[in-house]
Amino acid sequence: MKTSNGGNSFLDQVIKATPGGEKLVLCLQCGTCGGSCPSGPDMDYSPRMIFAMTSAGMKDQVLSSNTPWFCVSCYYCTVRCPQEIPITDIMYTLKQLAIQEGRYEQRKASDFSEHFIGYVENYGRSFELGLATRYFLFHNPLKLVNMGMGMGMSMILRGRMGFIPERIKNMDQLQNILDKAKQIAKEGAA
Amino acid sequence: MSTNSGHHYGYYPGCSITKNAAAYGVSTDAIARILGLHLHEISDWNCCGASEYFSINQLPAYALVARNLALAAGEGATEVVAPCSLCYVNLYKTDKNMRLHPDLKAKVNRALDAGNLHYEPDTLKVRHLLDIVVNDVGYDGVAAKVTKPLYNLRVAPYYGCLIVRPDTGFDNVEYPTTMDKLMETLGATVVDYPLKAECCGGHMTQISDTVALELIRRLLHNAAEYQADVIVTVCPMCQLNLDAYQADVNKRFGTNYHIPILYFTQVMGLAFGMTPKDVAIGKELVSADRALTKITAEPPEKPKTRKRDKKALPMPDMIE
Repeated sequence: MKTSNGGNSFLDQVIKATPGGEKLVLCLQCGTCGGSCPSGPDMDYSPRMIFAMTSAGMKDQVLSSNTPWFCVSCYYCTVRCPQEIPITDIMYTLKQLAIQEGRYEQRKASDFSEHFIGYVENYGRSFELGLATRYFLFHNPLKLVNMGMGMGMSMILRGRMGFIPERIKNMDQLQNILDKAKQIAKEGAA
Repeated sequence: MSTNSGHHYGYYPGCSITKNAAAYGVSTDAIARILGLHLHEISDWNCCGASEYFSINQLPAYALVARNLALAAGEGATEVVAPCSLCYVNLYKTDKNMRLHPDLKAKVNRALDAGNLHYEPDTLKVRHLLDIVVNDVGYDGVAAKVTKPLYNLRVAPYYGCLIVRPDTGFDNVEYPTTMDKLMETLGATVVDYPLKAECCGGHMTQISDTVALELIRRLLHNAAEYQADVIVTVCPMCQLNLDAYQADVNKRFGTNYHIPILYFTQVMGLAFGMTPKDVAIGKELVSADRALTKITAEPPEKPKTRKRDKKALPMPDMIE
């Protein structure tokens, strides 16, 4: 497929899926992003490297890395980038592509997101206790026990965790909107 | 007198406020009453998707947020007020990106149309509660209501990320000061510490203990170094991370931090003469009781300035 960026369809894909993403081609490789990143040292590749790899079309390595999942969404990189690249938003795009393409190896992180939105899509509200139990049941049952005994119990005793999820009234309306949005997103991706 | 003149605030509480951050909701209501702020809760608002939905599928994520904007605009709001920084940035980002990217705007409105809703970007101004307090009520407006100043309480204002970044224009992105001034207005001794706008880790506690606890440790360490009695936050996520994981940090790093994390609205309520119970103090896991005993009736003594020796070398004139 012929594309605008020297045949690099992955770069095009990332740009297309991010509002303002076209600035990615302006990356100077200065490394301000990685230097500003609170979780940078724990990432497989720094944001700067991710952009170089994206430009080089290294789709597999980029999408299977932990980098986007370790982004804490603090936006320091975004405000400091001399080229005004919306870096944090690109990290969101990479997460989305990793899930869509099934190439992610960061199951723990993506599962947390998926469990979270499961409640939102069914109730219109998030549900902390349900999320915590469901998520930890899958990934860390021992932690669930610890949480239940320790911090979780303290939260419950202080009335900071509800036992029943709240549901919005007009759930049908929200579901229709979300279904339509998913359909439009699919059209766009095709 | 109403502070609302010219404003119709659509209030977006966010999911956290209904449970985990109930103390924030209670204290927000309490100070709003005193300040004459009328916050109209958007009826049937839904979750903003936090930092999760944008990771999965961006268009539904935008549509999810936009439903709230459409509802608020439909109720005649001129601005939407969010006390949670994450909700705030999602609402802000959706309005902004719909405005800047016509393609996104068209797609989001096609989705909203399935629920008979529509949102025209820029109809609403999305604002954080702190912004309303310091800019609409103003420092003078706040000062006028202070009956029990927080003298000698060393308060570390913690802004975190999303109230100032990416580009909300509300305060400086690197070195915010609005909450510092607000705390000063309440009579507190403001702790000016370097990490006040660093990240609490957000949802990292669920993904990597190693990363998350280190980020929390840094913040607690820095505030402790500057002898803060209490850290004051503007976001339920920051409060949760610093408060609920403080014991885990102490366990992992062998530290002994005991710094209560309160919402800025809670300490405002105290300065307005309310009891700790009125502003839901006691919901925090790291108790604030001990810290609050530091408050004195008398203001701290001003540090003495030494008179300059007339024979000393000349100094440049200081601009006040």
